[in-house]
Amino acid sequence: MEKTNARRGDTITFVKKYAMIIVLILVVIFFTTMTQGSILAPMNISSLISQNAYVFVLATGMLLCILTGGNIDLSVGSVVCFVGAVGAVLMMNHHWNMYAAIAVMFAIGIAIGAFQAFWIAYVRIPPFITTLAGMLAFRGLSNVVLDGLTVSIKEQETFVKLFGGGANCYVPAIFYVGGANGLCLLVTLVAAALFLFSQIRQRLIRSSKGYETEKPIAFWFKSLAITAVLTAFGVALSFHKGIPTVLIWVVAVVLVYHYITSNTTIGRAFYAVGGNEKATKLSGINTNKVYFLAYTNMGFLAALAGMITIARLTSAQPTYGQNYEMDAIGSCFIGGASAYGGIGTVPGIIIGAVLMGVINLGMSLMGVDQNMQKVVKGGVLLAAVIFDVVSKRGGKLLAKD
Amino acid sequence: MANVLLEMKNITKTFPGVKALDNVNFQVEEGEIHALVGENGAGKSTLMNVLSGIYPFGTYEGDIVYNGEVCHFNVIKDSESKGIVIIHQELALIPYMSIAENMFLGNERGSKYKIDWNETNELAAKYLKMVGLKENPQTLIKDIGVGKQQLVEIAKALAKNAKLLILDEPTASLNEEDTKALLDLLLKFKSEGMTSILISHKLNEVSYVADKVTVLRDGSTIETLDKNKDDLSENRIIKGMVGREIEDRFPKRESNIGDIKMEVKNWTVYHPLYTEKKVVDDVSINVRKGEIVGISGLMGAGRTELAMSLFGKSYGTNISGELILDGKPVHLHNAQQAIKHKLAYVTEDRKGNGLILSNPIKINTTIANLEGVSNRGVIDKDREYGVAVEYKEKLNTKCPTVEQNVGNLSGGNQQKVLLAKWMFADPDVLILDEPTRGIDVGAKYEIYCIMNQLVAEGKSVIMISSEMPEILGMCDRIYVMNEGKIVAELDGKDATQEKIMSHIVRTA
Repeated sequence: MEKTNARRGDTITFVKKYAMIIVLILVVIFFTTMTQGSILAPMNISSLISQNAYVFVLATGMLLCILTGGNIDLSVGSVVCFVGAVGAVLMMNHHWNMYAAIAVMFAIGIAIGAFQAFWIAYVRIPPFITTLAGMLAFRGLSNVVLDGLTVSIKEQETFVKLFGGGANCYVPAIFYVGGANGLCLLVTLVAAALFLFSQIRQRLIRSSKGYETEKPIAFWFKSLAITAVLTAFGVALSFHKGIPTVLIWVVAVVLVYHYITSNTTIGRAFYAVGGNEKATKLSGINTNKVYFLAYTNMGFLAALAGMITIARLTSAQPTYGQNYEMDAIGSCFIGGASAYGGIGTVPGIIIGAVLMGVINLGMSLMGVDQNMQKVVKGGVLLAAVIFDVVSKRGGKLLAKD
Repeated sequence: MANVLLEMKNITKTFPGVKALDNVNFQVEEGEIHALVGENGAGKSTLMNVLSGIYPFGTYEGDIVYNGEVCHFNVIKDSESKGIVIIHQELALIPYMSIAENMFLGNERGSKYKIDWNETNELAAKYLKMVGLKENPQTLIKDIGVGKQQLVEIAKALAKNAKLLILDEPTASLNEEDTKALLDLLLKFKSEGMTSILISHKLNEVSYVADKVTVLRDGSTIETLDKNKDDLSENRIIKGMVGREIEDRFPKRESNIGDIKMEVKNWTVYHPLYTEKKVVDDVSINVRKGEIVGISGLMGAGRTELAMSLFGKSYGTNISGELILDGKPVHLHNAQQAIKHKLAYVTEDRKGNGLILSNPIKINTTIANLEGVSNRGVIDKDREYGVAVEYKEKLNTKCPTVEQNVGNLSGGNQQKVLLAKWMFADPDVLILDEPTRGIDVGAKYEIYCIMNQLVAEGKSVIMISSEMPEILGMCDRIYVMNEGKIVAELDGKDATQEKIMSHIVRTA
C-alpha cells in the first residue's frame, strides 16, 4: 500500500516537474507545422527574446513574491510605465546625463518597491490591495509626468542600444564565420561548454562524496538535451544579427536570481515562508523581512523592465506597461509556481514565459485575431493552475466537501 | 427503569496506525445527565464524533441505536434531524453576526429564497428566554461575554429541537459564576425531560450534576458509575480514569544531574487577542543540566503558551518575568535570539508550526541552522545533504531518501525530522511539546531513547505532555500546571498518576 502510494507520488512529481517542458515541445512542434517552420527562423527566435525580455525580468521578480505565499504584485505594469516616463523626461526634456538618469530610475523603482513592501511586510496590508493601489496611483502619475504625451527617446542612441532589442540593438559581431556572427557563435559554444562542464563536475563531486546521484541515462539525457537546445538557440541568433543587447540583461537577471533562490540562505527563506510561515518564524527567520525583500526587489526589477520597455519602443507613453503584471503572473503560474507559495523555480518560470511567448508569436505568425489570442492565453493559464492544484491533491479533480 | 434513549454498541474506530475506540459500549437513559470522563486522548471526542455523524456511517464498526432504531448518520444534519445536537468545546459562533443570525445559521427561518427576519428574531428571543439570557437577539456575538456566548450555543441547540444535548467541556472557558449558572440550567432542562451528555475534566462539576458517569480510558469503556448505587466522588472517578499499569515502555537511564541551566521566575503572559486574560500566571520553574523535567497538565493549562513565550516571546503579549540562563538574566525578543542562546522549542503542532510539509527532509533539517551549512549566505548543498543523511541515520528516520517531502512521511518519522532540525541547531535546552503525540508505540520508544541520549550529553530537556505515563516514566522532576499556574512540583520517583490528577482536579 505504502509502496504503491510512493510510486504514485513519484509519478506525480515527475509529471509535475517536466510537464511544462513537454507541453512547450508539443506547442513548438504544433506551430512549426502550422507556420511551415517559420517560427524557428532565426529572425523569429531573435524577436521572441526582444519582445518578451520584460516578461522574463518581471516574472523573475514576481516569482519571489509568489513564493512567499501566492502573493502577487499588481503594480508592476504601472511602475514600469512610471519609471520609463521619469527616465525619458529626465533625459529628453531636462537633458540629463544618461547614467544619472539610469541611477535615478533604479532608485525610484527601489523606493516604490520599498514603500509598498513596508505596508505589506510590517503593517500586513494584503499585497493584493497595496499593489492595486500602486497600480492605480503610478498609472496616474505616469500620465502626470508625461503630461499625457509621448516622449520620444530616439536620440538617446546609447541608452536604446544598451537596453534595447530588435532594430539595431545587437552586440557588435567583431568577426564572422561563413556569414554567421562569430562573437555570438563563440559565446554560445563557451556557454554550452561551461554548462556541460559544471554539470559533470557537480556530479563527480557528489558521487565522490558518496551522495546519491541521478541515474546516468537521466543525467546525460538531460544535460546533453539542454546543451543542444542552448547551442541551437545561439547558432540561430548568430544567423540573425547576433546577440540582442537586452538578452545580456535577461541572462544576468536569470542567472543571478536562479543562484539566489537555489543556493543562498536568503533564497531558502522565500520558500520556507511560503511553505509554512509559522514554522519559519519559529526557526529563527525574520519573516517580515522576507516579505519586505520580495516586494522591494520587485520594484527594482520593474525599474529594469521599464528601461527595457522604453528602449525597445524608443519612447515613453502613458499607456506602456499595461497588463505587464498579468504576463509576469501568468508566466509564474504556467511555469509551475504554486498559487499557495513555497514552490517554483527561476528556470521553471522562464519556461512558462517562453511558452507564453511562443504561443503569442505562433498565433501572430498564423494570423490569429488578437482577441482570440487573449482567449487562448487565458485558457492556458487556467489549465496550468488547475494542473498545479489537482496534482498537489494527489490527482483528485474535485476538492473534498 | 426509564427508557434507554441511546445505545452505542461495540463501537470500534480506527485511524491509520491507531485504534481510537476499541469496542466501546455506551448507554444513555432518557432524562438523565450522563457524564463522560477520561484523560486527553481517551476517546471521548471520537465517540461523540461517531455519534453525531462527523465520522460517517461505515467508517467505524458497531451500531448506534437511538430511540429504539439503528441509525446510520452520514453527516451532522442526519443526527441533528433526530434531535442529537453537539456543542463543541471551541465555540462555533461568528463574531460579526447577531445572536439571532448565529442561532439559525444553516437552519434559517423563512423560505428558500427569503429569510424571514421577524420570525428569526422572535424565535431567537423565545429560546434566549429558555436559557435565561437577557440579551437582544440582534446584539452582535462579539459584544457579549464568553459565558453568554455559551448560552447562545445552547439556545442554538434548542432551536434545532434537541432531544439529546451533548456538551463538550462547556465550562472550559467560563468563570465560576457562569459555570454554576450553566450547570443549574442543565439541571433545569433535566427536570423538563431533556437528556444530556456532559464531557468534562472538572470532576466537581460532574459530581454536582451527573446521574451517571462513564469512564473511558485508552479507547475503551472502563466502567459506568450510577449515582444511586456507586460513589461518585472525585477520588473514585480519578481511580477509574488513570487505573492502568505502567508497563516497561520507557528506556532506562542513569541520571547525572548538574547545575541549574535555565531558570524562570515569575513568568506571566497575557493572551495575544484577549489582552486582559492571563494565560500564564506567575510561573517559576527551573531545569538542570542533564535533567528531564516534565510539565504535566490538561490541554489548555497554558503549557504550550509558557513554552512559546519563553522561546523568544513567540506567543502572548505583555510578558513579564525573568529568564535566567547559566546564572545570567537574558532578554529574548524573537526566535532568532532564542536559538542564538541555545534554546530549542520542538512544537506540539508539527504540521502547523513545525515542518514545511511541501519541502524535502533535508531542507527541513537545516532550516533552523542554515549558518551551519553555508558560507556567507551561500548554502553548501553537499554539506546540507550530508547533514540530513547523518541525522536520518542517527534518529533512524524511515524514508527512501532525504529528498523525500516531509508531507509524505508518517507521524513518527515527521517527529524525528522535527527533532533532527532542532538537534542540528545544537541547543543546550530543548523544550519538547507533546513529542509523542499521535505516533505509534515503537516510534515513541525511539523518541524516548533520543531524549535520554540528549541528557546524557549534558543537555537539559523540558517535556510537556498530556500523557501521564510518559511523564512519570521519563522525568526526573515534574511540574503540574493548571489554568496558567504551576500547582505542584513533584519528584519523579514518588509521583503517581493519582497524585498528578488530584492536583489538577482539585484546583479546577
